[in-house]
Amino acid sequence: MVNEKKEREPLIHLVKRDHLDAWKQWAIRLGAIAGSLLFICLLISIVLKGSPFKVVEFMFKGAFGTNLNVNIFFRDAAILLIISLAVTPAFKMRFWNIGAEGQVLISAYMSVLCMFYLGGKVSDTLLIFISLIASLSVGILWAVIPAIFKALWNTNETLFTLMMNYIALQIVLYSIKAWVPTSSGQLPPLTSGNLPQIAGGDYVLSIIVAIFITVFLFIYMRFSKHGYEVSVVGESQNTARYIGINVPKVIIRTLVLSGAMCAIAGFLIGAGIDHTVSIDTVGGRGFTAVLVSWLGQFNPLAIVLMSCVVVFLSKGTTRVMESFGIANAFFAEVATGICFLIIIICEFFIRYRVILKKSEKKVAHEDLELAAQGEDSSEQLTANENEDVRLLQKDEQNDDEEGRRI
Amino acid sequence: MCITWLGGNFPPNRFIFFSGGNSVEKTVAIELRGITKTFGDVVANKNVDLDVYKGEILSILGENGSGKTTLMNMISGIYFPDEGHIYINGEEVVIKSPKDAFAHKIGMIHQHFKLVDTFSAADNIILGEKCPKFDLKEEKEKLAEAHRAENEAYEHYDESEHPGPLAYMTKPKFHSEKETKRKLALMPLVGIGKKIKFNWLAKKRADVVQDIANRFGFKIDLKKKIYDLSVSEKQTVEIIKVLYRGADILILDEPTAVLTPQEIDKLFDVLRNMKAAGKSIIIITHKLNEVMAISDRVAVLRKGEHIATVNTSETNEQQLTEMMVGKKVSLNIDRTEPHDVKNRLVVSGLTALDIDGVKVLDNVSFEARSGEILGIAGIAGSGQRQLLEAIAGLYKIKDGAITYFDPAKDDAPVDLRSKTPVQIRDLGVRLSFVPEDRLGMGLVGNMDLIDNMMLRSYRKGFMFLDRKSPKKLAETIVEELEVVTPSTHTAVRRLSGGNVQKVLVGREIAASPSVLMAAYPVRGLDINSSYTIYNLLNDQKEKKVAVIFVGEDLDVLIQLCDRIMIICGGKVTGIVDGRTADKNKIGLMMMGQLHMDEGAALTDSSTEVMPDGE
Repeated sequence: MVNEKKEREPLIHLVKRDHLDAWKQWAIRLGAIAGSLLFICLLISIVLKGSPFKVVEFMFKGAFGTNLNVNIFFRDAAILLIISLAVTPAFKMRFWNIGAEGQVLISAYMSVLCMFYLGGKVSDTLLIFISLIASLSVGILWAVIPAIFKALWNTNETLFTLMMNYIALQIVLYSIKAWVPTSSGQLPPLTSGNLPQIAGGDYVLSIIVAIFITVFLFIYMRFSKHGYEVSVVGESQNTARYIGINVPKVIIRTLVLSGAMCAIAGFLIGAGIDHTVSIDTVGGRGFTAVLVSWLGQFNPLAIVLMSCVVVFLSKGTTRVMESFGIANAFFAEVATGICFLIIIICEFFIRYRVILKKSEKKVAHEDLELAAQGEDSSEQLTANENEDVRLLQKDEQNDDEEGRRI
Repeated sequence: MCITWLGGNFPPNRFIFFSGGNSVEKTVAIELRGITKTFGDVVANKNVDLDVYKGEILSILGENGSGKTTLMNMISGIYFPDEGHIYINGEEVVIKSPKDAFAHKIGMIHQHFKLVDTFSAADNIILGEKCPKFDLKEEKEKLAEAHRAENEAYEHYDESEHPGPLAYMTKPKFHSEKETKRKLALMPLVGIGKKIKFNWLAKKRADVVQDIANRFGFKIDLKKKIYDLSVSEKQTVEIIKVLYRGADILILDEPTAVLTPQEIDKLFDVLRNMKAAGKSIIIITHKLNEVMAISDRVAVLRKGEHIATVNTSETNEQQLTEMMVGKKVSLNIDRTEPHDVKNRLVVSGLTALDIDGVKVLDNVSFEARSGEILGIAGIAGSGQRQLLEAIAGLYKIKDGAITYFDPAKDDAPVDLRSKTPVQIRDLGVRLSFVPEDRLGMGLVGNMDLIDNMMLRSYRKGFMFLDRKSPKKLAETIVEELEVVTPSTHTAVRRLSGGNVQKVLVGREIAASPSVLMAAYPVRGLDINSSYTIYNLLNDQKEKKVAVIFVGEDLDVLIQLCDRIMIICGGKVTGIVDGRTADKNKIGLMMMGQLHMDEGAALTDSSTEVMPDGE
């Protein structure tokens, strides 16, 4: 090189990917999940000075160690799955509903309220029916209020749904104070109006409901007109208007659906599992569901997998902490948080390609090569292209497989 | 024809440029060698070599998607080339950011202006300028050195050498040690003072900016706020901004796309002034007549490759087109005589307001007739979009009537006023609309061809979607309009502009409309795709469809349309016959400086000319 460069090329530069095959995206995501699990296992073993194999063992024991563990795992995964599926149609529509927490809580509260006041006065079957209706209506109400405001006056749905969460929380706090005048401040589990235990556990019913909702939502989003309208509104409201979709109507209708699914989750928690309510009834699962829905790319089937992963992580890390004699539950949460972070960072690599600066030596070498190639300019391209570009070109041919993502 | 440089790292050849036999010595301002840029699997630029000389206007000519803008973006620091070298004044440079580009005196005027609406023009120009760096240590040394020098001069000062009563004026001052120390101690305050002065007393700089504007012959008041300026004035502000920052190389990306013929002439005068001042000007365009009018040399790009650079005086439009497209193309648009025309859509007294209550459409009246193409000309944002959307039931009308005459019911009138798109369709009105914003309104970018076809048809049937007939339609359109796509399952976002438009127009025509409205249907399309679209519109005209065509290229409007309606600021300023239309008069009407009624012969000089009363 004749001129010595005073200014340096940037070390790396980022190129937005035009397209990546669906299966490759999933390979990256699954790889990130596996990688992050390994990473936190190693991290925990270093911090707690234990063998990494022991950590892995305890992780699995925490989730699947005993029959009870397995039951709880599937029950929690099912509940998380239902909440994640509930927020999905709204997200697909780009309605950033972070109010699942409040919607689930208020529905669980409503079912407990029915049990509290009507328990013993009406037959159990009727009571279950009444609490289901009550939960559904209040869950839908909690979701549809922000939707109406969004549809008619374009208010910010994120703030609105967040505020609705606090209202739900305060209502629950107030009621518990009123119901339990003693200092314990905890409502003991109620006995009447409980959901039936199928096969001797509270988990089977949740799983059945979760499976039913997954299948329903999959069909709804992919094959129904409503699902198609949701996608169009989410992609471009202008296009929706242009083809004559009534956008406010779609927003409200979708949030009714979303609220109803949250209400079912709340009802299962209130009447089926806890039989009582407290401010920790939902325990942040409404927010975790947002993450699960995103990680699953709004695809109901992928969301099934993601909610299992998330529940596995939290159960596993808690068990590891217990086994190593650390009572501090926050460390488990830190570990889970790190894991999520790694999974989310990998999304960056799905969207962007990182190109490293070529070393000077290599550049000079390529220049010689180019000069040697002479006039055949068509050859130059292939010589200059790096591996990635060629891979991407191959992707183009496999394009059909991309299909429609829900 | 192809003069392709070999890639790699050639030493820069410069300083001598031979033109047409007589050697003219010219200095090279900027040289590109072997520039390559890829986006994913798309090669935007491939091994491009280009020289720009000082004091010349170079046109970069190429179809849409040929990599003109990408190439210029690499010079102005927005993209970084994958490969290749850039030399400025013979020195190799690396341009990583727009800041670097400014440091090398390169300025780019983008197609979409980047101005703060609520600031004055002068503020926008000054915006982002950095206060000169105040290095305390260096300044202290400078001061100490100056004092020392003056003290020395004082010691050697001989009064006898400077007689006269005014001698005290030249007498050097003596700085005591105490004084020097005091001044040094106060130095940080001086730095702060300079900063305050820079940030708060920007008034004088506004004058500096105005001086630059006057020097290059811009007639503009820079104290006005941006929202009060017209499109062409905004462009002027962008140009002054670049000049103010001391750019020697100016790049203009499609500067004429938004201007009227008169404004284009003014811009070209300014460019010639700048050229005379020794600046290098690169103008990106795909309009041949402008290339011929303004540039000294033309560099032609095709599919990312540099095909050739030729002197404008030694070429012609036909030759340039062939280089640009790669094959012979005819530049004529057929126009058949309309026959048996009937009123299909009558708009009268249409008035509409925007969100602030300002009239965007003001008493607009016209007829669209079956078997005719009605062109709508006007500066961008004169109400074209609102007019079409109002007809399609997407924009709220304040006043006026829209009446459709249904050919299926013996031309019975149907009132379309204040109906939603669905209501219009339910009335049996076959109205197709190709909106300006293809991917944001006409289509959904992330959906595949089939789902996009379904936008029009998904309502049929119960509950569930029918994807079979949309698939068939998508396949038909791909085949008949020669849409280049990997498959019908590809997201339309990934298709090129021309193919996106074919999909959209194909879908709208498949509905066998009786009124077809198309807003800027060839914007951003290459020549071949543009002609495909013109032919499709002409086919519809033959099928007795009333076609409404909103265009921006006046030459095309005059060649294609039977009648042209000109609007300015939401008002109709004239409806003229396309066969006798005069481009300059249309330009004046676009600016509202001329009003003309339908039927008045444009060529007749006795036409009543009313100056705009406002």
